[in-house]
Amino acid sequence: MATTSTTVPGAGPLAGSRSLWSRLRDGDEIARLITFLFAGTVVLITVLLVYELWQGSALARQRFGLSFLRTSVWDPVFDQFGALPFIYGTLVTSAVALLIAVPLGIGAAIFLAELAPLRLSDTLEFFIDLLAAVPSVIYGLLGIFIIVPLMRQVIQPQLKHYLGFLPLFRGPAFGLGFLTAGVVLAIMIIPYIISVSREILLAVPRDQREAALALGSTRWESTWKVVVPFARTGIIGSIFLALARALGETMAVTMVIGNTPIISSSLLSPGDSIASVIASQFKEATGELYTQSLIALGLVLFLLTFILNGLARLMIVVTSQRGSGTVHV
Amino acid sequence: MHASVRPAVSVNIPPTGTNTAARESAAALAMRMSVSKVNFFYGSKQTLFDISMGIATNKVTALIGPSGCGKSTLLRTLNRMHETVRDARLEGEILLDGNNILSQDVTSLRRRVGMVFQRPNPFPKSIFDNVAYGPRINGAKGFIAESVEKSLRRAALWEEVKDHLHKSAYELSGGQQQRLCIARALAVDPEVLLLDEPCSALDPISTAKIEELLVQLKESCTIVTVTHNMQQAARVSDFTAFLLIGQLIEFSPTPQLFTTPADPRTEAYITGRFG
Amino acid sequence: MNARLRWRKFVSAFMLSMTGVCALVAVSALFFILGYLVFHGGASVNWNFFTKLPAPVGETGGGMANAIVGSAKLLFLATIIGVPVGFFGAIYLAEFSGTTTAFVVRYAADLLNGVPSIVIGIFAYSLAVLPFKHFSTLAGGFALGLMMIPITLRSTEEFLRSVPMSLREGAMALGASKWKTIATVIVPSAYRGILTTILLAFARVAGETAPLLFTALGNRFWSPGWTQPTASLPVAVYNYAISPYEDWHRQAWAAGLVLLGLILVVNIVARGILARGIIVSRS
Repeated sequence: MATTSTTVPGAGPLAGSRSLWSRLRDGDEIARLITFLFAGTVVLITVLLVYELWQGSALARQRFGLSFLRTSVWDPVFDQFGALPFIYGTLVTSAVALLIAVPLGIGAAIFLAELAPLRLSDTLEFFIDLLAAVPSVIYGLLGIFIIVPLMRQVIQPQLKHYLGFLPLFRGPAFGLGFLTAGVVLAIMIIPYIISVSREILLAVPRDQREAALALGSTRWESTWKVVVPFARTGIIGSIFLALARALGETMAVTMVIGNTPIISSSLLSPGDSIASVIASQFKEATGELYTQSLIALGLVLFLLTFILNGLARLMIVVTSQRGSGTVHV
Repeated sequence: MHASVRPAVSVNIPPTGTNTAARESAAALAMRMSVSKVNFFYGSKQTLFDISMGIATNKVTALIGPSGCGKSTLLRTLNRMHETVRDARLEGEILLDGNNILSQDVTSLRRRVGMVFQRPNPFPKSIFDNVAYGPRINGAKGFIAESVEKSLRRAALWEEVKDHLHKSAYELSGGQQQRLCIARALAVDPEVLLLDEPCSALDPISTAKIEELLVQLKESCTIVTVTHNMQQAARVSDFTAFLLIGQLIEFSPTPQLFTTPADPRTEAYITGRFG
Repeated sequence: MNARLRWRKFVSAFMLSMTGVCALVAVSALFFILGYLVFHGGASVNWNFFTKLPAPVGETGGGMANAIVGSAKLLFLATIIGVPVGFFGAIYLAEFSGTTTAFVVRYAADLLNGVPSIVIGIFAYSLAVLPFKHFSTLAGGFALGLMMIPITLRSTEEFLRSVPMSLREGAMALGASKWKTIATVIVPSAYRGILTTILLAFARVAGETAPLLFTALGNRFWSPGWTQPTASLPVAVYNYAISPYEDWHRQAWAAGLVLLGLILVVNIVARGILARGIIVSRS
């Protein structure tokens, strides 16, 4: 396998390079070569990954073509595979997550960047970074045993009672489903929005805020009408990053979404997401078409996150060049 | 050798002299603002010592002195911008039209006392929206376009931008951006305009334009400007205050300070012996 | 003060307090998580947990010894795969490469970093499970190692780059060859950052579950050697949590507590190391 680090690549060049002997003697050329091979391995892996995804889904792609993305039937028994329920589930849960996490995250980032004294801001940021380190499966654990019962017993009945006239909150509610998954995802992506937005806001030049204050703005006005718009592109970039993260989230979602490939207009309904269905069905997939359809789903997910991540990075770089600082992503 | 001249609320008038400024008596000159026994601390370090001076209405007052002498610090106390820094502490009184600004609402103060900064800092908005910002947050609904035009004219920028008001402020040159910032500050109709080394980041031509502007503006506005360029102070201002290491050394009508300075330190500075 | 100004000031105070509330909510999530884990799992983290194998369904007193050992083996594999590739690759980027190659390598690494962990699992499955027709610890370690590579690479590169030019020039002026300079001057002076990077990458993959689901799979018993499926803490948390048995739920909490505890401790230690030295870059 190409990736093991136990091979000694240096043996190759030495064998047939007596003419380079003097250069090789000081070791620099070997060092360059060895490190190049390791760096090249990274590129190789990435290329291989895309290749394997493409090849591994060949059967499904041939059989279904682009209609794979539009079909909503997922029936392993009859070899009918359509990605639509999972794309729907992925998008809906991510949308719910963003709706909750973006206001909370940007609000918190504003507090940390504009209001809190530096020591408090750094301490809180430390905790936020720890929150980002909590693994998905732990969120799933809390999701199953704390959030789902809470949803089922308290929140969802309330939602149905007060907002049941909306199609969003109709139908049977068992705690599992799009809304719960969205809520859990929201908690997971908040730290990303906060950390990146905070750095971006901190990089906005001082004199923007001062100019606003000197014109007689209140602190909120100077923050909301001047500083945040200045950082707008970067903040949107942080949202894209968080979204990319949400799309790929597997364990927490699969533990609370209900694993039912249906498309429903109700947020209270169980559903499924791309990552979640791969996680729950891949092992048991019998037959080439079944497995390859799942890999095709993986390919779709890969492409989605690839585009989002690319856009996000672009936006963050653009904003950080506008301000005076550079932000590391 | 006394440490500093303390004109309190009046201006130091020489007994003899032929220039017009000298003829004006203390009583005839109205003081738009006055600074009284101001001490300023940054943390435990004191940076302004017992400053007292008056800012004459509809005149240009220049604050000069070597780097670090506290002139910018003093300027920023006049619209309480020092409060944006956490460890800053002010003792003393600062009066605007007789009322202590330190006990008033800061937001309304800053509408009456505007500020232009060292580097042009337009908002990432259009030229129009930059100038309209002030009127808009103060709730002016109608007449915004008129306000914007009036301010841009006062800042001598209207002719250059009147057909491009929707363009981004960042497309303007440095000098134009600074005049835009002046227009933006003027849009809320301040009584006093503070300028912190407004030309230090600009080329000579833009500098000349702005200096000309300041002389015109003083008819409708009281101007206080910090400058490290003594020739500029001599050209533009009516009164000059010389600061050194946080103390007010001398405060006189400009012609007098530059021709017959009362304090030897002032003389040393303006003849270029230090700073 | 007129009415409009009063309103503006009220809005300002209100909105700014709301941002404080947002920050509070976000930060308290961490403490809630820890709280629940301790509350539900604390009592079950006992001697049995660390030393016994899972008991048959219905019997109490089982533990997760095999999952703990399994995780250790997997992480060991991940480290020996991920760290050298990341480390030496970073040296290439920081010291040897031209701009085009560097761009390509960095782009590939960033791409790999953004790949969802389940897709990494699919990839590892195709390369390390399918050809051999069985799940194994090696495959799982491989999957985790893949995830460690981009984190280690980018971060190490930054720390190497941040070593001041003057240090390099000083060494070279004394006649040291490039690789000697790297080995004796550059790497040692960046060691704090590099160590932090490795620890943080370790903590990151320690909690990963998805890539293991169809590589290392799981195992109710010991997994001798490297070619058999193995249990691991994250997968154990998952399997036990979704099971219908009360006793297993309790153990899932305990496993979650141990796992999160480990990850948080490594994170805090890593950041502590970095804070002690010259703070150059935040990973």
